[in-house]
Amino acid sequence: MKHSRTSGFFVALPFLLPSLIGFLVFSAIPIIATLLISLTNWDGLSQLTLTSDFQGFMKDYFIGVDNYKEIFTSTEFYQVLTNTLKFVILYIPLMIVISLCIAGILNSKARGVGFFRVVYYIPVITSWVAGSLIWRWALNPQYGIVNAILSAVGIQGPQWLQSPQWAMPAIVLASIWKDMGYFGLMLLSGLQGINHDYYEAAEIDGAGKVKRFFKITLPLLTPTLFFVLIIGMINSFQIFPQVMIMTPDGGPGGSTMVMVERIYKYGFTYYKMGTASALSWILFLIIMVLTFVQIKLQKRWVNYDN
Amino acid sequence: MITDFMKAKKIFSRVLYYIFALFLAFLICVPFFWMVVTSIKTNGAVMLLPVEWIPKQPSLDAYRKLFSIENFWSSVANSFYISVFCTVLRILCAAMAAFALAKIKFRGSKVLFSVFITALMIPPQTTFIPLFIIMGKLNLLNNLNAFLFLQMFNAFAIFMLYQKMQTINDAFIEAATIDGAGMWRIFFQIILPLCPGTLATLAILSFMDLWNDYLLPLVLLTDRANYTLPLILNSMQGQYSNQYNLMMAGSLLSIIPILIVYICAQKYFKEGLTVGGVKG
Repeated sequence: MKHSRTSGFFVALPFLLPSLIGFLVFSAIPIIATLLISLTNWDGLSQLTLTSDFQGFMKDYFIGVDNYKEIFTSTEFYQVLTNTLKFVILYIPLMIVISLCIAGILNSKARGVGFFRVVYYIPVITSWVAGSLIWRWALNPQYGIVNAILSAVGIQGPQWLQSPQWAMPAIVLASIWKDMGYFGLMLLSGLQGINHDYYEAAEIDGAGKVKRFFKITLPLLTPTLFFVLIIGMINSFQIFPQVMIMTPDGGPGGSTMVMVERIYKYGFTYYKMGTASALSWILFLIIMVLTFVQIKLQKRWVNYDN
Repeated sequence: MITDFMKAKKIFSRVLYYIFALFLAFLICVPFFWMVVTSIKTNGAVMLLPVEWIPKQPSLDAYRKLFSIENFWSSVANSFYISVFCTVLRILCAAMAAFALAKIKFRGSKVLFSVFITALMIPPQTTFIPLFIIMGKLNLLNNLNAFLFLQMFNAFAIFMLYQKMQTINDAFIEAATIDGAGMWRIFFQIILPLCPGTLATLAILSFMDLWNDYLLPLVLLTDRANYTLPLILNSMQGQYSNQYNLMMAGSLLSIIPILIVYICAQKYFKEGLTVGGVKG
């Protein structure tokens, strides 16, 4: 293009304007506003002060880092972390194994692969609201289909969502059902990116299927696997609809209290916008750290590959 | 002998493959099967023991009742309104920005692109509290049009379209400029028609996201008349807590439009996923 570099900006500006405004108003300002509100004990009801007089607002409500102190000294926060950790420990390994199976199934040239591909992906396109309602009903201890199937094979099913021990595993079950197609297809594209020459060379050398899987497939799939792992971790910290709908009010004994659910509760049930915002910032930092780990290590993997 | 053995082994592994693949498909479908079956049961049959796998007296009671629920049809209309118009706006705004960043040279364009992409790291789960406040200030709380404004900036769409537009040869644009076409004409008549695949992929992914969205509607819409379909479904579990046939009928209906889009537009989902993989 022939525009000089400065006049180019004015040519570009009208095209950029909506995105610039949207970025400022709905991304940049909110993340900074969250930080500021997290330093106050604002109740969210006396809204007017915020626009009329920002300094006055901070003077009226500023309480420093008290919200953070309160959060880090409360037992509830650690229960939230423990619950999330429980989710991660169950969800990540199971999800990776099952999505590897899906990727393996879909990587075949057998007839009917197209059909499996469609079926495995249907939970992914289903909304979480529908998915959660379905699972809530399927996991009903008395009338649900899961325990009906279990009792048909002679197992007495647990109380699922009504039991403090089983509520989180039930959420994990629904989440794996919902996400495995997504991660399966992601791993499939990783599998398809592996150069076939490696397999041919290994076959000539007499390496068996199992050996080929562990010596070629798995190492060359690690970048994708790692990506899936990080996205899975980030997802684990963001779970919300399934928790809200399957186990309202934090589940039995608070066993399914998680970050986003607490932020929502503090913001819109208890009207403690300060605490809700502080929790939002903690969540934001956790996700940032995970994302940076992903970016850093991804760079390293790429070098390995070549 | 050896060939027979190889053949048998091959057939055996094929059979094993299908057993495994079908078993997984079966597990995935059990909840859907349960949804469909429950939705055609009467309210009494839902709470029967032993559990009826196939209803003895199928009935459309649940659907009849669902259609008469207050604001059910308006929620369907609201969901369509948001999903369609937001998709169009999201893509238009993102395409404009991507065009400016990829095809117009100006100082700071690289920096601006990186800043926009950084926004991918800010998930909506961390900013809905200030978003609620900002929408309140803009008088857009409990207003469907709030969602239209939210589409002005979408980092993921910008990123995808930027990647695509970078592959477009500048010669097209130069030729058009010599012919006296302005930037807007170049954008609409040359650039946009050159990225149909990316636009379609984005349209489908956006429609799906918006149709299924739960958190932001939950926060921004308070009046039942403005509810989207997921919110009506969500409210049903409080109101009709034991009428699972009703909730399953609602869930089934909410899935159908997405299922149709999905089956008709298979290849775009595939594309979207591979690009989505870069999203990080």
